[in-house]
Amino acid sequence: MSRATKETTGVATRIADATRPIHRVNPVAKLAAAFIISLTLIASIDWVSAGVVLLLEAALFGWVGIRLSVFLRRSWPILLASPLAGLTTVLYGEPSGQLYWEFLFIHVTDGSIYLGVATALRILAIGLAGMVMFLTIDPTDLADGLAQVLRLPARFVLGALAAMRLAGLLVEDWRSLGLARRARGVGDSQGFVGKLRLWLNQAFSLLVLALRRGSKLATAMEARGFGADTRRSWARESVFVGRDWLLIAISVLIAATAVAVSIWSGHWNFIFG
Amino acid sequence: MVHDSRIESIPTSAETRTGKPRRNFRWRVVDIVIAAVIGVAAGVLFWAWGIAYEGVSGPIKAALPGLQGIFGGGWLFAGVVGGLIIRKPGAALFTEVIAAAVSAAIGTSWGVTTITSGLVQGLGAEIVLALFLYANWRIYVAILAGAAAGMAAGVHDLIVWYPGVTWMFRAIYFTSVTLSGAVIAGALSWFAVRGLARTGALGRFAAGREVTADV
Amino acid sequence: MLRGSRVTAHGWGWRHAGRRAWAVHDLELDIEPGEKLLLLGPSGAGKSTLVHALAGVLGDSDDGDDTGQLRVDGLAPAAARGRVGLLLQDPDSQVTLARVGDDVAFGCENLGVERDEIWRRVREALDAVGLDLPLDHPTSRLSGGQKQRLALAGILAMRPGLVLLDEPTANLDPGGVAEVRDAVARMLERTRATLIVIEHRVGTWQDLVDRVVVLDPEGGVLADGGTREVLAGQGAQLAARGVWVPGHPPAHPQRQRQVPAHQLLVAQDLSVSRIPGVVVASDIRLTVNTGRALAVTGPNGSGKSTLALNLAGLLAPAAGELRATDRLAQGAGSEPIRWKSRELLTRIGTVFQDPEHQFLTSTVRAELELGPRTLKLPEEEIRARVDELLQRLRMEHLAQANPFTLSGGEKRRLSVATALVSKPQVLVLDEPTFGQDAQTWQELAALLAGLLDEGTALVAVTHDLDFVAALGDRTLELPAPHPVEQVRS
Repeated sequence: MSRATKETTGVATRIADATRPIHRVNPVAKLAAAFIISLTLIASIDWVSAGVVLLLEAALFGWVGIRLSVFLRRSWPILLASPLAGLTTVLYGEPSGQLYWEFLFIHVTDGSIYLGVATALRILAIGLAGMVMFLTIDPTDLADGLAQVLRLPARFVLGALAAMRLAGLLVEDWRSLGLARRARGVGDSQGFVGKLRLWLNQAFSLLVLALRRGSKLATAMEARGFGADTRRSWARESVFVGRDWLLIAISVLIAATAVAVSIWSGHWNFIFG
Repeated sequence: MVHDSRIESIPTSAETRTGKPRRNFRWRVVDIVIAAVIGVAAGVLFWAWGIAYEGVSGPIKAALPGLQGIFGGGWLFAGVVGGLIIRKPGAALFTEVIAAAVSAAIGTSWGVTTITSGLVQGLGAEIVLALFLYANWRIYVAILAGAAAGMAAGVHDLIVWYPGVTWMFRAIYFTSVTLSGAVIAGALSWFAVRGLARTGALGRFAAGREVTADV
Repeated sequence: MLRGSRVTAHGWGWRHAGRRAWAVHDLELDIEPGEKLLLLGPSGAGKSTLVHALAGVLGDSDDGDDTGQLRVDGLAPAAARGRVGLLLQDPDSQVTLARVGDDVAFGCENLGVERDEIWRRVREALDAVGLDLPLDHPTSRLSGGQKQRLALAGILAMRPGLVLLDEPTANLDPGGVAEVRDAVARMLERTRATLIVIEHRVGTWQDLVDRVVVLDPEGGVLADGGTREVLAGQGAQLAARGVWVPGHPPAHPQRQRQVPAHQLLVAQDLSVSRIPGVVVASDIRLTVNTGRALAVTGPNGSGKSTLALNLAGLLAPAAGELRATDRLAQGAGSEPIRWKSRELLTRIGTVFQDPEHQFLTSTVRAELELGPRTLKLPEEEIRARVDELLQRLRMEHLAQANPFTLSGGEKRRLSVATALVSKPQVLVLDEPTFGQDAQTWQELAALLAGLLDEGTALVAVTHDLDFVAALGDRTLELPAPHPVEQVRS
């Protein structure tokens, strides 16, 4: 039950070596750092700012201690998605400069290629910033941080945390549902529409099972006093100290460097301009 | 200790006391957990869809002139379903954000932008439900909520994923994702919730009790 | 040590929203602090409703109506949160947090207990239930029995005066049942909490409790007194309504072994795995024959379910050979995993452990018609088969009901029926009697005995030794690595 669940959900495990300093940083700080970098990158479409951030992120990854094999295994969605988004922009980007190819609505030009490359790098940089966050955050610590540091309502944060645990069980349910359909005689492919209908039917069953599990979980939590009006206490303390502010400072520095280099090299390209 | 006089010694019922259903906007524990569970299930479904269909269609979708928005609705149903079941302020937003967080955690997509898209998409649906004062749960409201989520997704995606494209692409993308939201995240979700109610799994919600007959 | 809680009910009743009938009504009950009570009654008598009401989790006026008075230490249950602990049936759905220590601490956090005190109580509670694990042990890697004990520890840490157990061992294997029972016994030595247990299996708890209350589905209490007297007086009636009363076991079905045994499936040096690369059982040799039942037993983790799924043609063998004879294959090829889903229907039927995994449609009738429709049988044939099965399983009145709304026993019967409607030659069942009351057990055993007499081959993965004794012709026991095959005399 273990290996597949860990690989597919990754929710309850920490991948990188858990003794590195990055693990002691408050998850809220990591969230803030990722947001600062990502929002800055979104503000412009140019390859310089994205490139600078990528270089600095690579250095950060080394410091955090994420192994290359793990990195590749967990990052393939974003490694796949960024060039594809870049491709769309290359084909349909604002035309300017020399035209290389034209077909229906497609215009591949100097301008669109520049924008495509910039888009791909930007998405990659944003995605990888988020990845550091997810690979080194423990969900329980994050919930503690959100509720104690950011003071988000505890009932919602903890309810969400408890529900997340059901993800692994629902993945197993999905597999059983698939086997059951084969056993009931409807598992043969019958063209795209047939497969789609079968998939939707299976998705519906999964929702029913999820509701059942959720109702039981809600009853169990309520029986343990959850959701009552008493002021709750915290078994684990979430602190926001020097090293957390340091991480935020580093992220501001990275973002500022990227913006500065981009403006200085003349490539800064504000999206709303 | 909290003294709660909810259990009284005479038969009570929301209906008989006031003559019409009392609308209570305070979230119960079961509301919170079920909303989160729907988000989690949606995240798992995104994963299941991804392993079945995404690998092949990626390059094809990249080459479409904005029509890839048609597939967008599938990522928006969580908020509408959550809103239709829980029927309280914030349900659509909460559910959609959880779905986004789970899909990021399971590894189907990465980054801060997953969370921002969840927030924005959930807000879209939430605003429509709020405009109807959280009192109207008919199918056209669901369709509008889905469409609004689609529009929000469209704007978000065009800023984050496709900032450099032509206005024609933008128009086609925005329109197709709005339509997709209306149909998949709106209409389909409404029917799904009705089907779920019939299974008896929504017994603690008004959405469930409306449909199941007196037994 | 805190005193136990006093529980009183005066003319209490509850009706779920949307239902016409009252789940419980006219209940008069008085429980002294520290008493240990076993709550019995047939399905539908309202035991679970009462216990949920005492825990304060039934809901408010949106969820139903109540009459009369129900008090825990003089307070309404919703005001007594923290004084009452509730342990539910499903081990998986009660785990709240990812680490053992955190999960146990959850209840204390909700009550506002101060941090140092929380961890003191956590260690104490884990010790009380005998769970000797580090505080950061992942909760996802616990067995069913351990999860139930973890939930119990979480309850104990709240220092409740009333402990409620709602069928705590129904979903556990015999090892887990013993674990939980011993944990409860240990707990009782250390606290003076009042205890109320609901369980179908009386034998597990009769020595721990001193009082038995039997609820009447018609309202009120049928019997209330010391364990020995109530069981002596009501034992037979309870057994007839499905309770597992020691001394009144359900009747084993009659078998007439007329059908000659022909081989249908043969396994040689078979190794099975669910996750590619992780073999859970290997070097298995067995045959599945017409008119004979093969029981697969073994401890948790021995690969029983995985073997069943292999035999059912749903998972591919990791190594070795699983061959279908011509009699079974009838032209479809000798490897069940390669058969099309439609071909599987008439050859091997599968009944999953959780019936809800198998429901595809919105009415019972449609569920039963699905198989024959897929096989493109003529309408009259479909109607005939479905009507016959509905009658045989006494489900005619449920034909239009939604499968998910059925009771546990009805769902089990429906899932067996859906496998039978396409008349397969082999039927594979995964834990068919899990969590079932004695009445359903008896019906299922009789149904399967009938099938065996008609020539169907049966493979059953089970923990239930009674079931094996009633039906198993051969037993395959899977211990940690090597299987041992025995023939029943």
